[in-house]
Amino acid sequence: MTDLAATAARAEATRGRSFWGDAWARLKANRAAMVSLIYLGLMAVVCIAGPWFVPHQYTTIYADYVRTPPSLSAYPKPEMIETALADVMKRMRVDLKEWHQEGERIFVTVTSSREIDERNTRYVDRSDTFDDARVEEKSADGKTMVISAAIKQQYFLFGTDNTGRDMLSRTLMAGRVSLAIGLLAGVVAVVIGVIYGATAGFLGGRADEIMMRIVDVLYSLPFIFFVIMLVVFFGRNFVLMFLAVGAVLWLDMARIVRGQALSIRRQEYVQAAEALGVSRTGILARHIVPNLLGVVVIYMTLLVPQVIILESFLSFLGLGVQEPMTSWGVLISVGAKNIGTANWLLLFPALFLVSTLFALNFVGDGLRDALDPKDR
Amino acid sequence: MADAAPILSVKDLRVGFRTLDGRVDAVRGINLNVKAGETVAIVGESGSGKSQTMMAAMGLLASNGSATGTVDYRGRNLLGLPKSELNKIRGSKISMIFQEPMTSLDPLYTIGSQLIEPIRRHRGLNAKDAHAEALRLLELVRIPEPRRRLRSYPYEMSGGQRQRVMIAMALANDPDILIADEPTTALDVTVQAQILKLLADLQKKLGMAIVFITHDLGIVRRLADRVYVMRSGEVVEEGATQAIFSTPKHDYTKMLLAAEPTGHKAPPPPGAPIVLEGRGVEVTFEIGGGFLAGDPMILRAVDKISVALRQQQTIGIVGESGSGKSTLGRALLRLLPSTGVIRFGMKDIAKLDREDMRPLRRELQLVFQDPFGSLSPRMTVGQIVTEGLLVHEPGLSRADRDRRAIEALREVGLDPAMRNRYPHEFSGGQRQRIAIARAMILKPRVVVLDEPTSALDRSVQKQIVELLRDLQQAHELSYLFISHDLSVVRAMADYIIVMKEGRIVEQGETEAIFDHPAEDYTRTLMAAAVDETRFRAAG
Repeated sequence: MTDLAATAARAEATRGRSFWGDAWARLKANRAAMVSLIYLGLMAVVCIAGPWFVPHQYTTIYADYVRTPPSLSAYPKPEMIETALADVMKRMRVDLKEWHQEGERIFVTVTSSREIDERNTRYVDRSDTFDDARVEEKSADGKTMVISAAIKQQYFLFGTDNTGRDMLSRTLMAGRVSLAIGLLAGVVAVVIGVIYGATAGFLGGRADEIMMRIVDVLYSLPFIFFVIMLVVFFGRNFVLMFLAVGAVLWLDMARIVRGQALSIRRQEYVQAAEALGVSRTGILARHIVPNLLGVVVIYMTLLVPQVIILESFLSFLGLGVQEPMTSWGVLISVGAKNIGTANWLLLFPALFLVSTLFALNFVGDGLRDALDPKDR
Repeated sequence: MADAAPILSVKDLRVGFRTLDGRVDAVRGINLNVKAGETVAIVGESGSGKSQTMMAAMGLLASNGSATGTVDYRGRNLLGLPKSELNKIRGSKISMIFQEPMTSLDPLYTIGSQLIEPIRRHRGLNAKDAHAEALRLLELVRIPEPRRRLRSYPYEMSGGQRQRVMIAMALANDPDILIADEPTTALDVTVQAQILKLLADLQKKLGMAIVFITHDLGIVRRLADRVYVMRSGEVVEEGATQAIFSTPKHDYTKMLLAAEPTGHKAPPPPGAPIVLEGRGVEVTFEIGGGFLAGDPMILRAVDKISVALRQQQTIGIVGESGSGKSTLGRALLRLLPSTGVIRFGMKDIAKLDREDMRPLRRELQLVFQDPFGSLSPRMTVGQIVTEGLLVHEPGLSRADRDRRAIEALREVGLDPAMRNRYPHEFSGGQRQRIAIARAMILKPRVVVLDEPTSALDRSVQKQIVELLRDLQQAHELSYLFISHDLSVVRAMADYIIVMKEGRIVEQGETEAIFDHPAEDYTRTLMAAAVDETRFRAAG
């Protein structure tokens, strides 16, 4: 028994590098894939945590800052103060006599034909540009007043959209939605596709024929028709998006997996398992599916971009996510309309989407090389 | 001829591969040369670097490989040559044939277009002349009906014919040197003999040099003028074929020469009970057919065969590929649908369904030919070996299974500490031991061995044969030993069945069959393997 114990102890020391360990080592050697992987990780963290740190809510509308170009310095710019001030004066129904800036505050002298109510200063506070309005002096007749207000310093790193919402927080929120849909719908498609395809491929014969013909029938349903039907029956729903996209994309997965399963079924280790008397589910779970995973992982990295693009297509048609919630696809379709006048509306979401898709593809390529090394 | 200056000389060639575990040296500074018109054999076991030497010379190394040293062909160093220069030499002056005739032809093009295209490119002939030339080449390699074969696709031809086409392609541009990398390993013995004879004749006729890379000493003796013996990337011995065979100097060469499986198996004691019996077993396959394709073609792979396997007996089933020997083995284990009577002990198992067969599976085991394909790459050796226990002894705890795995691995001569490793970390021989352990852990009564040694090196074959014989002794096993290799069958079996086209041609005690074969077919099989048996007698 001591001998056995010694052997067991030694076994720990000589634990072999597993298939996945091997693949990971190969992937680590692939610089493009590793950079992409880190990039994707960063992108996920930024999209998930970012919106809490951006000072603007993605829903907040800044009426003073409609279509503001992106800038690294703070708003308002000097020339914008004048316009914003004129806007406030109009709301207060007073005339602007003179204004000047002292440090962070502005001092405004206003006049009116009637007596000015002090409560009118709340119009200044309501503006997106000013804050902390105070009455400094008031003439005896109350028709002239000096008001001071602090200039609200705001940063719009990515600019603002057509209704004056901060593009940075919107882009990050959109990233949450797009990545979530990509990942979840991808997982839905993979789970259904792998189970269905592996079963069909492994059973073979008539069962395979019937299962694959069902797939063919589903293929022939137009995707849009299918989605519209779902929307009609179940109403617009975020979860429905995952289902719709996942339910369409598993078909590809099932076909690919079935082909693989067919060839794995003929491998001698599957025959050996049959000769051992292993049940069909046992063979499926222990032999077929684990040997499929390489292909599945690769295909999944290619599937996620497909899902993201499909989602933006649906949203573009108004069948996907709805305002004020947004996704990269929605932002890009809005940006595309404003490409001449406000190119930053297109630029930033497109940059995020494209770089993510690029990174996913590099990771996919890297995984393919790592999992399927010809020169092993 | 022997005095001629070398046309290809390799000096201090080193080949290395970058891997995750650092640089691996496949070839460590070897020197060899080839003179015009002679046949040089490079002999070694798998992993000795014999193929990589020639791959490096031809600039065909895998992308992570690199070579240093010189490979001098008629005064030019092939190693430093740019690809465009190299292409002028390889394929026309130096050409190559490979081991696998199934995969080295493109399945989408006819033989004719695959032959004609390189002829036109290298020699600048017009379409008509190239066609005539292709025809001449097919005649040269003695393919029957060459005119029709020009229009055939590779799948319409047998392995031997494809290898002939490969040779024709290699000869298309009158090469100085033909490199043959295990050209007959994947072929049946009879076909192998024909191909070797063809190569010898062609050399006589065309006068090119042949570099023969092989692990099979039988071929070397028949064909080569000089031999280089390689081991772990180094040439351990070189010399004229006769000298090497009669007075080998290096221990490794001696070991290779003595690597033929020896010994005999005594027949089972008289009156030993019959454990597995098939009567009138027939297996048919339907080819084609279906909804619109009309009636299927019916192929009778096993045609009314009767076998009776006694306890502790080994029946060797011999035949060429396509003779139905593997199909018979699987049908007897009920892994393929068949008709006829199959009895295991007292029980008729021919009608049992999947569920009812399951308890019997532990007593009827199977070991496969390909030790690389028969082990799942995603499971550890321990998991592979104990998988049968999950089915047949589900009550065992994890620790119990682990203990059984240790015992089983020790019994087949493997270090049990390796059981947490994955199959790809093992050599072919070790993998075959794992596959044997997987069958033996269930303590079976009958084991079908489907070419268990064919994919292994000679010296490893010998060890596996000895292991199988020891196990048989220890556990009173009955074997059905399927093989095309007569020398292994002779060492393993006490009774032989010779099969051809699904039927039994001849059967009897091993010695009787070997000494007095009654049928022509059996004699052909023997003749093809005779060189090997002869030199075993000499060695």
